[in-house]
Amino acid sequence: MSIDMTEVRQLFFEESFESLDTMESNLLDLQVGEADKDLINSIFRVVHSIKGGAGIFKFERVINFAHTAETLLDEIRSGQHIVTQNMIDTLLQAVDVLRMMLTNLQNDAEDDAESIQICLNSLQSFLAEPLAAPFLEDAPAKESQAESVDTTNTAPAASGSQASAEKAAEAVEQEWLIEFKPYEDLLKTGNDPINLFNELALLGTLTVQPHLANLPSFTELNPQNCYLAWTLTLTGVVSKAQIEEIFEWVEGDCELTITCLSDSDEASAEIVSTETESTTLAEEVSDTTSLETEASTGTPPTVTEIEPTPVANVDSEAPVVETEVSTESSSEAEPESTSTRTAADVVYAAHEAALHAPIVDADTTEHKPHASGGSHAQSAEASSIRVSIDKIDDLINIVGELVITQSMLDQVSENFDLSKLMQLRDGLAQLERNTRELQESVMRIRMLPISYSFNRFPRLVHDLSVSLGKKVELRMSGEHTELDKTVLEKMSDPLVHLVRNALDHGIEKPAERRAAGKAEKGLLHLHAFHQGGNIMIQISDDGAGFNMERIRQKAITLGLLSPDEVISDEQLYEFIFHPGFSTASQISDLSGRGVGMDVVRRNIRALGGSIEINSHEGVGTTFNIRLPLTLAILDGQLVRVGQEIYILSLLSIVESLRVSLKQVNSLAGKAEVYKLRDEYIPVLRLYDLFGIQNAATRLEEGLLVIVEGDGQKIGLFVDELLSQQQIVIKSLESNYKSVAGISGATILGDGSVALILDVAGLIKLSHTQHKAALFPPRHFVQESGYEYQH
Amino acid sequence: MSINTNTQQVAASKYLTFVLATEEYAIDILRVQEIKGWSKVTVIPNTPDYICGVINLRGTIVPIIDLRLRFGLDRLDYGQMTVVVVVKVLASNGRERIMGIVVDAVSDVYDVTETEIKPPPDFGSVISIEFIKGLATVSDKMVIVLEIDKLLNSEELAIMELAAKH
Repeated sequence: MSIDMTEVRQLFFEESFESLDTMESNLLDLQVGEADKDLINSIFRVVHSIKGGAGIFKFERVINFAHTAETLLDEIRSGQHIVTQNMIDTLLQAVDVLRMMLTNLQNDAEDDAESIQICLNSLQSFLAEPLAAPFLEDAPAKESQAESVDTTNTAPAASGSQASAEKAAEAVEQEWLIEFKPYEDLLKTGNDPINLFNELALLGTLTVQPHLANLPSFTELNPQNCYLAWTLTLTGVVSKAQIEEIFEWVEGDCELTITCLSDSDEASAEIVSTETESTTLAEEVSDTTSLETEASTGTPPTVTEIEPTPVANVDSEAPVVETEVSTESSSEAEPESTSTRTAADVVYAAHEAALHAPIVDADTTEHKPHASGGSHAQSAEASSIRVSIDKIDDLINIVGELVITQSMLDQVSENFDLSKLMQLRDGLAQLERNTRELQESVMRIRMLPISYSFNRFPRLVHDLSVSLGKKVELRMSGEHTELDKTVLEKMSDPLVHLVRNALDHGIEKPAERRAAGKAEKGLLHLHAFHQGGNIMIQISDDGAGFNMERIRQKAITLGLLSPDEVISDEQLYEFIFHPGFSTASQISDLSGRGVGMDVVRRNIRALGGSIEINSHEGVGTTFNIRLPLTLAILDGQLVRVGQEIYILSLLSIVESLRVSLKQVNSLAGKAEVYKLRDEYIPVLRLYDLFGIQNAATRLEEGLLVIVEGDGQKIGLFVDELLSQQQIVIKSLESNYKSVAGISGATILGDGSVALILDVAGLIKLSHTQHKAALFPPRHFVQESGYEYQH
Repeated sequence: MSINTNTQQVAASKYLTFVLATEEYAIDILRVQEIKGWSKVTVIPNTPDYICGVINLRGTIVPIIDLRLRFGLDRLDYGQMTVVVVVKVLASNGRERIMGIVVDAVSDVYDVTETEIKPPPDFGSVISIEFIKGLATVSDKMVIVLEIDKLLNSEELAIMELAAKH
């Protein structure tokens, strides 16, 4: 027992949750009717590995549940079932149930047995109706499987309604005889029998009978050893697996026999009814047997002595008698119960002593499975992060360089004289660069693609659209946009809220949509991208849009607006974020309570971002969320204009080309356009826009980089293209402010600062420049700066 | 790092003085982060000439302001003798920013008590009076005590309130 199981457990949970996410998205991709082999295989693998993992930890419920799901998936895989929507929904439900079971196990919480059972039943109902059943020999196995599942997941069902025999069998109380004979060093492993007994007592009525035979005389007694053995009787709705689970941690440290005294077949149902009669009989016998047991405490009951009981199971009457005997023997006979207590005290005292003994066994802290496991699991929760191997490789490379620099500096410092000063300086500069790169790489590890947040939406949209009776197509783009993990986590809830709003209020029911001349299927688009040194997340729907008149009326009713006041749409939108503001005529369980949008905005603002609304009645609504990125990374293309180096996001570049003058035309004498295939693309001379000296001014001397921003293409005229590299975006705003046309800055390998160009901002800047050519430069910077903010 | 903003209550504060043309200016020494030599700046397009550009100061982007140009004095060429004083500036919303100011030379450190700082006469000249905290006489010289927060948060250097825009 040298492995720290809590750590392995934690790993199992993390992996399982992740693979459940995969399973979920695979299920959503699954098409009704056709069985995509790859998808089914990958779903199957998830369930299978969860089952396997659960097996290691003996999470019986999970094993059984996963097994049922696995069986179904296996049958789908072998073509026995055709995938139906119903089946996909059930499997999605199964994902939820598995997730719940694992969460509960992680937190040591109780399972919701009812929902597990419901889901299990619907899974089994699929199993029960094989469309093509060439494997008849599988059937009995399946049945027995179903049975065992039933018994393990028994809920304390209402015992009064004994409608079906099966139901009765489920609720039947069982008698278990447990022979527990720990080895002497049990206490040293940190296990305390009292804890075990307490847990057993939770499962049903427990009687404990200790055997003191091995107890040495007081002078010879080593308080760290356990000399006792016990015979336990447990009555209740319990499965063997549950009992075994309790003893799981002492398995290697004791002799343990668990015997069922009553059987859970149909006969046992009868036994229950006859029990009252047999009790009297049992009571009579008890007197004599208890004496016998008492007498026999002198010799400890060994395992072999009790062995005959399973044989007794053949006879349905016998076990009842025997059980009653053992129960009565300890609960009724006074001397017995006192001895139980004293024995317990001894064990307790021994354990106390063991705990306070000067020699603290290392294992004591390790194997306190149920008591400390829960809190440990919680504190370790969400503390890990998955990092792509590229990032790790980068890190290793940089550390390698750091080591080289260090050894170089070592060499320089040996027999140092002034002639080596330059070498030393170079070395230090290199060290500085390495350190900075190292720092940046470590920061990059925190960056996660937004798909981590987006991935939950297919399921959410699927479920919601079903429950709302709407048809919705979810489109997602820019899932690979990276943002800081903390930002990502804090954005999750606001995003969910906005998506729910869009589905509930935005997109109309199919009939309404048809009436409005739109496609029945509504479109919900999630889009993430970098813009202006920010991360933009767009949530747009093609639904009803805001009813401005209704918002106005509501604002007037709430006293936020006087009836004759005339305000702009933007100001009206502002009311949406007012706490308690809702125009929904009916409050649904989803939304419409007027809480939410204010919370959404508060969360976004707390991250230093902003949210804007763009809505057209009958056309749709778009929410633009702008989040600052202090740490974002982008693939950059370095370009040179004059002596200045600027960076363009590789994503924004469409192509770069040498200018052929024949294709350049001028418009109205001033603006230039370049004919690229069938398009006319405006040419933007960067040196002109930025007032850079010594740059190439003749188009044929430089390059035209066609870039796209805000759905518009422009050709940026630059001197030349330099290298491409990943860059860490540094904010200009933290010490300065935002600059039109510039989305941020970065630090190049030589330590100098380079500015990152914001294509959309440049386009706007060029418009204002053309319009306001008469104003001196400083003015239009400010103007465009303001305009850009909107 | 905390900044002592309650200079009023401190009997004598230390001030760092620097020279611009022939005048000596003073700033609260607690606002000075470091003094460094001139390094190459990256020019920010479409900004007034007194904003030289930005530099990389150990991983953060720091704007450099030429005080000579800010005060409308003649430009001096930047070179090995140019001094950049890196200062911490508090904006009205309490945000702290780091900026570098280019000065001719760093002069001295003086103890100046609050009472020694006299209100400035109405100049009506290049330097707006709002950037001047007062005048102090130290060792028979007059030094101009600057309101560094106001100076470096004015005009182009003002922070734009993102949250207020909707």
